[in-house]
Amino acid sequence: MDPLSRAHALATTAYLVAAVLFILSLRGLSSPETARRGNLYGIIGMAIAILATLTLTGPQPNPLLIGSIAAGAAIGTVMATRVGMTQMPELVALLHSFVGVAAVMVGYSLQLADPGDERMFEALTTKTLVEVFVDVWIGAVTFTGSVLAFLKLRGSVSGRPTLLPARHFLNLAMVVGSIVFAVLYVRDGQTWTLAAGTAIACVLGVHLVAAIGGADMPVVVSMLNSYSGWTAAAAGFMLANDLLIVTGALVGSSGAILSYIMCRAMNRSIWNVIFGGFGAEPPKSSGGPAQPQGDVQDIDHQTLATKLLESKSVIIVPGYGMAVARAQHAVRELTEILRVKGVTVRFAIHPVAGRLPGHMNVLLAEANVPYDIVLEMDEINSDFPTTDVSIVIGANDIVNPGAEDDASSPIYGMPVLQVWKSKLVVVNKRSRATGYAGVDNPLFYKPVTRMLFGDAKDAVEKVVTALRAG
Amino acid sequence: MKLAIVKETRPDERRVAASPAVVGRLVKAGWTVLVERGAGEAASFPDAQYAAAGATVVGRDEAWQADVVAKVRPPSLESGKSEADRMRAGALLVSFLFPAQNAELVGHLATRKISALGMDCIPRISRAQKLDAISSMANISGYRAVIEAANRYGSFFTGQFTAAGKVPPAKVLVIGAGVAGLAAVAAAKGLGAIVRAFDVRPTVADQVKSLGGEFLTVQIAESGEGQGGYAKEMSKEFIAAEMALFNEQAKDVNIVITTALIPGRPAPKLWTAEAVGLMKPGSVVIDLAAEQGGNCDLTQPGKEVVEHGVTIVGYTDMPSRMASVASDLYGTNIQHLLEEMGGAEKHTIDLDNEIVRGSIVLRNGEKLWPPPPPKKVDTPAAGPATTAKPVTVTPAAPATPTPAPAKASAHGHGPPVQPPSRTAGVVMSIVGVIALVAWLALRFGAPDATVSEGTVDLLQHMTVFVMAIFVGWQVIWNVAPALHTPLMSVTNAISGIIVVGGLLGARAVDMDASVIVAILATLFATINIAGGFLVTRRMLAMFRK
Repeated sequence: MDPLSRAHALATTAYLVAAVLFILSLRGLSSPETARRGNLYGIIGMAIAILATLTLTGPQPNPLLIGSIAAGAAIGTVMATRVGMTQMPELVALLHSFVGVAAVMVGYSLQLADPGDERMFEALTTKTLVEVFVDVWIGAVTFTGSVLAFLKLRGSVSGRPTLLPARHFLNLAMVVGSIVFAVLYVRDGQTWTLAAGTAIACVLGVHLVAAIGGADMPVVVSMLNSYSGWTAAAAGFMLANDLLIVTGALVGSSGAILSYIMCRAMNRSIWNVIFGGFGAEPPKSSGGPAQPQGDVQDIDHQTLATKLLESKSVIIVPGYGMAVARAQHAVRELTEILRVKGVTVRFAIHPVAGRLPGHMNVLLAEANVPYDIVLEMDEINSDFPTTDVSIVIGANDIVNPGAEDDASSPIYGMPVLQVWKSKLVVVNKRSRATGYAGVDNPLFYKPVTRMLFGDAKDAVEKVVTALRAG
Repeated sequence: MKLAIVKETRPDERRVAASPAVVGRLVKAGWTVLVERGAGEAASFPDAQYAAAGATVVGRDEAWQADVVAKVRPPSLESGKSEADRMRAGALLVSFLFPAQNAELVGHLATRKISALGMDCIPRISRAQKLDAISSMANISGYRAVIEAANRYGSFFTGQFTAAGKVPPAKVLVIGAGVAGLAAVAAAKGLGAIVRAFDVRPTVADQVKSLGGEFLTVQIAESGEGQGGYAKEMSKEFIAAEMALFNEQAKDVNIVITTALIPGRPAPKLWTAEAVGLMKPGSVVIDLAAEQGGNCDLTQPGKEVVEHGVTIVGYTDMPSRMASVASDLYGTNIQHLLEEMGGAEKHTIDLDNEIVRGSIVLRNGEKLWPPPPPKKVDTPAAGPATTAKPVTVTPAAPATPTPAPAKASAHGHGPPVQPPSRTAGVVMSIVGVIALVAWLALRFGAPDATVSEGTVDLLQHMTVFVMAIFVGWQVIWNVAPALHTPLMSVTNAISGIIVVGGLLGARAVDMDASVIVAILATLFATINIAGGFLVTRRMLAMFRK
């Protein structure tokens, strides 16, 4: 056996081990107890994969390459340690874009290599050319889409959907254009055709994400997660590397499932989210959704504190507003005081609360809220009738009763947390503005509802002070 | 407003209308609470505890003079005299009254011009669950029935394998899966028995199953769903089938707990003398319907008898046998009722309030019972969700705002969302698309050797790809919803595996455009790997129990 193929065999074995470790890593996430071990498996798998690949590349690695690994690791470490838990959605979107750009570059690296270069496992056949094009194309869509998502989540770009006229036609035209360049590229292998395809893909990525906004951002992020997986898988086909294929497929299906769960939680089809213009409909004036009747009633911190102390069971419903105000620590303090006084406090998490699947769970975990009192919608929704006080902190659409009983509401049919069934609902909101989906909320006008206006952190801290005093 | 907790006078009644904890809450709510001396003694609540909770311990006459008198049992009535005669005209009595059975007492109270609320008359609507004393007492009865049965049964409830041999688990049959029945199912299951339950209302099947019981049915389609969540009387054919089922079960089960009641009628005779004869000696029958005549032919209300070697218990005072907790729950029900009536400051009898209207028997001597039929029964659509309400497992007991016990195990992290049933369809379409691609590649690919080799390669990679999607699909559905963010960041990190592509591309010694691009790819991918894993670690470190 010559040294090269021996190295190959070794590397392939190592890849197999790495692939298994990645699967175990995801398996570990089935519960918080095993999740940390799962992450460790992932790290070990990655280390094995990198080392195995380095042995393939020979004893004298390019110093620049080592430098770039070191620099990448350093940058990644700094980003991961600096990021606040409330900025998690942005970070995740940004990291997706890195996968996309890396995939594009790997594709170009193959394209730009001299024909017959020893790096090539095989000549650029028709098959490889197709694979290169697919890899670069998906990578480019992922890249620009993720960058825009990042900017939207960060607030640098308006979160509102931008809907160009004839956008479906535009999408179609871009897909057709890509196919034309793909055919040209596969026939001649010219770099400019690949570049043209890349440019179209970049525009398409931006256009797809621009059309989605507001409450659909969790779906966008998980969709991009899925795309980044498919990108890696495409690169695997291109490089004839099974590890990349397996990992890409794992990540791709993970993102796809998450998107599916999110869409189902909003009672929408995935196509509607990808191509729709939800949340952009102009507010209907007459004949539209029934305008809620009556006035909103306020409650002050002192009264709320008294009510909380009198109650047996309290459910807190957090939303994006809690993340924005960084109120999770104040909320945890509130929870602790009440629990010490014998009040049962639980959290109700809607699947699309926040801007990322599981966003609220992470924030509450950061604030040291025990995860066994943080429940999913299906687990807790039937308990609202026996609840004394429900506190809605910075959430709106996910507690909108219109989703259940108002067929003209844009979010009609979306499963929501039935807070209005409890004896008292206190809604904390910064102002009387509508939610991210731009829908008015009849909850605020219900007789059991009291409004606690003000910044979430500020408001909860005042309640905590009142509780301490009382 | 003065509220009095008076001592129960009926022999063997150990409960009291409020525990010291409840009294504490009432005092806080603004009531002046008077407790009759020795009222809580039988329930293990000495006077000192009431005094410590803010009540004034007073003598009998003073207590009965309060504005509101709370009690458990209906006031006594003997030779035209009642303990309630001590009450002032216009004062309010709150207790169990059973006005249908106690017409004479109600008439007598009317002549004294007092107001009376029957805790047994609370309408069974969801809003009233927290003051539904019947449910809180039934819950206790169901639990106690199992304890009484265990006490008399000569073997283990749970099956055991010992060095001396195997002991089979006890088999328990619960007839009537209302609040008491469900509590019995849960308690017997908790002791490790095999539990079966029978009820004429098919809608309770899920509740029985959720508690780990087996739901028995007869092969006749007839719903026994009556008004307000209670059962109604069944047809002859149904009863015949039911009896056949019971006789068959009698040979098998060791313990029978009967809880079947039909409002306003004597308890149906479900467990015949024949069935008792079929039971194994040493078996136990606990008849919770004894007060209404009993579900078993051989039941003697208030007594324990042995027939054909089977112990038949007809106690009518199960809640009283657990006087402390019963008093606490009953008191909490009363507290909620008083809140419903406006609390201490705004105490009124508001006939527009559905709960008050349903439970008021007398207002200043004027008889207001029975109430007009409810505008709508609490079942807008006769579906399982709504009909289930009156027989919810968790009774009105406010001390436990938790859902049905079966749910408790799911706490901590949410149950994984179940994959959609369309999985197979999705998978088939993916495989179909791949097959099509492969076929196209074979059909239209150039016929030279290189390409067909490449096609074989492609198919092999496709196999790996599809298998990986399958694995991913299976694994990801098991991820706890609470961990979806860490899932995203960890998948993010491992999709940094694209670094392999960068490393392979960068291995030439000559620096050309291709190598530089590959090095850049490596840089980005490494950021992803380091950032993704680290941030996942940070997040996971925060999750604590």
